[in-house]
Amino acid sequence: MDLLARRRYVIGGFILIVGVIFIVKLFNLQVLSTTYKQYATNNVVRKIVQYPSRGLIYDRNGELLVINKAAYDLLITPREVSVFDTTTLCNILKIKKTELEEKIRDAKEYSNYKPYIIVKQISPETYAFLQEQMYKYPGFYIQPRTLREYPRKIASHVLGYVGEVDDQALQNDKYYQVGDYTGISGIERAYENLLRGEKGVKYFLVDVHNRVKGSYNNGRSDVLSHLGKDITSTLDADLQEYAEQLLKNKKGSVVAIEPSTGEVLALVSAPNFDPNLLVGRERSSNYFKLSADTLQPMFNRALMARYPPGSTFKMVNALIALNERVISPYTQFTCAHGYHVGSFTQRCHHNQAFRLTGSIAQSCNAYYCYVFRYILEKPLFEGVRNGYDVWREKVLSFGFGKKLGTDLANEAAGFVPTSEYYEKNVFKGSRWRALPIISLAIGQGELGITPLQMANYASILANRGYYYTPHVVKNIEGQNGIGPRFLEKHTTLIDDEHFEKVLDGMERVMEPPGTGWHSKIPGIRMCGKTGSVQNPPYIAHSVFMGFAPRENPQIAISVYIENGEEGSYYAAPIASLLVEKYINGSISQRRKVLEKRMMEAELLNPFGLN
Amino acid sequence: MASRKNIWLNIDWVSVLLYTILVFLGWVNIYAAVFNEEYNSIFDISQRYGKQLIWIGAAFIIAFFILITESRFYQFFAYPIYGFIIFLLVTVLFLGTEVNGAKSWFIIGNVGFQPSEFAKFATGLALAKYMSSHNFKLQNFRSFGIIAAILLIPSLLIFLQNDTGSALVYVVFILVLYREGLSGIVLFFGVLAVTLFVLALVVDNALLIAIMITSALVIFYFIRHKRKFFLKVLLIVLSVCGAVLLVNLLLSNKSRIEDILIVLSLLLAITFLIFSIRLRLYSYVLLLLVFISSVIFTLSVDYVFENMLGDYQQDRINNLLGIKSDPHGAGWNVNQSKIAIGSGGFNGKGFLNGTQTKFDFVPEQSTDFIFCTVGEEWGFLGASFIVILFLALLLRLLWLAERQRSAFARIYGYSVTSILFFHFVVNIGMTIGLVPVIGIPLPFFSYGGSSLWSFTILLFIFFRLDANRLQQNL
Repeated sequence: MDLLARRRYVIGGFILIVGVIFIVKLFNLQVLSTTYKQYATNNVVRKIVQYPSRGLIYDRNGELLVINKAAYDLLITPREVSVFDTTTLCNILKIKKTELEEKIRDAKEYSNYKPYIIVKQISPETYAFLQEQMYKYPGFYIQPRTLREYPRKIASHVLGYVGEVDDQALQNDKYYQVGDYTGISGIERAYENLLRGEKGVKYFLVDVHNRVKGSYNNGRSDVLSHLGKDITSTLDADLQEYAEQLLKNKKGSVVAIEPSTGEVLALVSAPNFDPNLLVGRERSSNYFKLSADTLQPMFNRALMARYPPGSTFKMVNALIALNERVISPYTQFTCAHGYHVGSFTQRCHHNQAFRLTGSIAQSCNAYYCYVFRYILEKPLFEGVRNGYDVWREKVLSFGFGKKLGTDLANEAAGFVPTSEYYEKNVFKGSRWRALPIISLAIGQGELGITPLQMANYASILANRGYYYTPHVVKNIEGQNGIGPRFLEKHTTLIDDEHFEKVLDGMERVMEPPGTGWHSKIPGIRMCGKTGSVQNPPYIAHSVFMGFAPRENPQIAISVYIENGEEGSYYAAPIASLLVEKYINGSISQRRKVLEKRMMEAELLNPFGLN
Repeated sequence: MASRKNIWLNIDWVSVLLYTILVFLGWVNIYAAVFNEEYNSIFDISQRYGKQLIWIGAAFIIAFFILITESRFYQFFAYPIYGFIIFLLVTVLFLGTEVNGAKSWFIIGNVGFQPSEFAKFATGLALAKYMSSHNFKLQNFRSFGIIAAILLIPSLLIFLQNDTGSALVYVVFILVLYREGLSGIVLFFGVLAVTLFVLALVVDNALLIAIMITSALVIFYFIRHKRKFFLKVLLIVLSVCGAVLLVNLLLSNKSRIEDILIVLSLLLAITFLIFSIRLRLYSYVLLLLVFISSVIFTLSVDYVFENMLGDYQQDRINNLLGIKSDPHGAGWNVNQSKIAIGSGGFNGKGFLNGTQTKFDFVPEQSTDFIFCTVGEEWGFLGASFIVILFLALLLRLLWLAERQRSAFARIYGYSVTSILFFHFVVNIGMTIGLVPVIGIPLPFFSYGGSSLWSFTILLFIFFRLDANRLQQNL
């Protein structure tokens, strides 16, 4: 053991030798050598972030919806700034001297060492001139950026916009730095990670006069930036633009979906705004104006507004009743200007008996009161509450009462009350009966459904019982398709066999004496349903949903026109014009009058007093 | 004999003081590294220095609890502790979170925990326990296999987590084995090959060969036989060399010093070789052959590495060595780190006055490259002071290890010293460009709770064992 104990000297010697080597090396590095000091004091290496241009966005036919334009930011590093001619710089930049001084103060407050943006988004013309003068301004430099431009000025709510990252995003994602841009809403936000590409870094050697002398380390230290990926959206630019024209001077929304794929063809929320307003140096003042507008142009009604579905909901009740075998297509109910039980009355306009198709075509309220009671009071369910739970489960399978999971953010879930909700607010421990909640029969009451869900419902009927999650992106550059999420078939809890009977009724809506016959499109077999959403004390909303053609449907659509009163007044004509435009490419001569009337209608006053 | 019972009197307070100074200075430098005009409250826990302060407080509490625990605990529970840590290392592979490419973290809420940090002391305990058992003999094949297993299992698991740096630490246990009887030749050749290979990739050949010549001469000097004769030969050869150098300089020949040194050293070695063979001094022959082959090995490492391997193969070897993939291209990190340290000068730029660090030029400023901040702000004086502090702690620990009566405590002490030594060499060596970039922390200095706590546990278990050294002979 004694011999081994001597080995401590070997190990100790080892430790000592390493320590001595380190100290010698440190001495060499810090005291003898001068190269490293020069590197540090001259600060010869400048790091310039290379911003890749953002991916472009196309419509489904390859037309450009969003493009990039060049702009330049002016940055300063306060520590490197020496005396300079403030007046000339202000003249070039067209800003006030006080403003510049204030910005420089901000920059110093931020950091003496890190670059800080003092003037944003300088135009290419100014840049060309400024670039020649830059040698006079040590500590200042220019960084190219790209801004968005929207050549067709449409679809602001789908495309979204781009703005500076906020503190939250800075914290959550290390990729961003103060002053970076990011998608704030719509496709710009949902596909941010693909659109933004990847920033690169270039290192330059700069002399004391701020002139670039060449690349550092022969460019070996640089990181290449990667361009953002281009995105093809599912929108049809022409249809989108036409829908926006039709909704001019109205509040409301249009959602059109291709039923066979779930691709959104058009999505309009009116009033809307020119997306170009939220670009460039006027962005913040425009943003403020838009958010202060009482008509809420920034609010995306198509995704976030919640309306009761009104009469358009009758097909859901019909389908559930057929599926539960509580009625057959030939069951007849009589309407005597309404539905009467004891002192209760649900009013209606007819004085005749209806079968299923007729009840849809002429939108009989009484018929659906009978149907709804038959469902809830079906003996097999042993109680109205159980009946309600079965009903609700079937309703949810139509995509109501939950977020559909589209690729756009801020989608509202809508509302289909649970039995607990009614227990708490309506029955409060008393026996469950169908009458207190009978307004669900005709799509009124507590129900809340978004226009997107309504269009998806039209899509389900077009497909006879299933849907694909609606989405706004069709293709991404360099990727094959858009992932399995949008290829999954969602099937309703209704057996396929029942749909055709209901569609018979919907087709007859478009024929006299159907509620929508004024909007019939010559040569196209369209299925639809009008609705009127009560909105006391204001004028009711005009609603229409439907699809066309009946065989091999190409387009499913929902239209909401706020304060448009009856579905047949505005929503049905507008929907029919959009369908005609999409399928035929143009509006037939004899319907030009209708088109003109719709375009010119003004419905911005909720009291209807013009 | 009251002092035997009172552990507070038997603790080695010198080491505890060195530990405290290092931890405090580490915190000061983390503060400087992340210092920002915006957040200047020392106790701001949203900032790294604020968090480190909490961790330091916790480390002191941990140290206290280790000291009041019965010292036999560590010996009795060495295997269970080791087993538990191995279990954690396995689970982290499945349930862990990936941070910076290494899947070695458990993240609960916003608190991270790195089992690989704690595997070091557990391995030390297990090794000490096994090697101090009665039937242990290093030369025994079975025993050697078990030791290899104790060391390789954690190392491999950490390697699988893609944390090559931390996996390499286990190489250093060879020092412990050497102290306990492993043949010196194994150590010698192991150290020689690894050092040459790594140094050849990092350091200029000229410097390396100069070091080799010097060490060869020193060895010759200590060899007793025929010393005078060899000195004469040496003198003759050296004067020839000097003459060649002088002529070379006068003619201002552009030959590289490196080439001249290689030729001269080979000349010298061959001369000695011939004499040694003629005088039948075969041990010298062996020594010279080792020397000549080392020179050739060194030259060929560079040549093979640069000319015969493709880019991707070089990258692969870099990865194998744990040399981090360099996001800014070859040598950016080390270069920036050297600029920061080099710009510190003799007495530094002063506290919080570092410019290189403020530019975010140096990556991993507060963790792996914390020594840059020391070098830049405190200069040569500060940097060498830290080196000396570490040397003092390491040598003190070595001395403490040797004074133990129980084999368990001694072996554990050597493990502690070796682990700290490895971290010290690799981390500081990397920042000054002597060792390839391997991402492991500088003990007590680098930012991070897991690493601070694991080094504290490692150290204080040994202090606890040391405080007990007089009580029993285990």
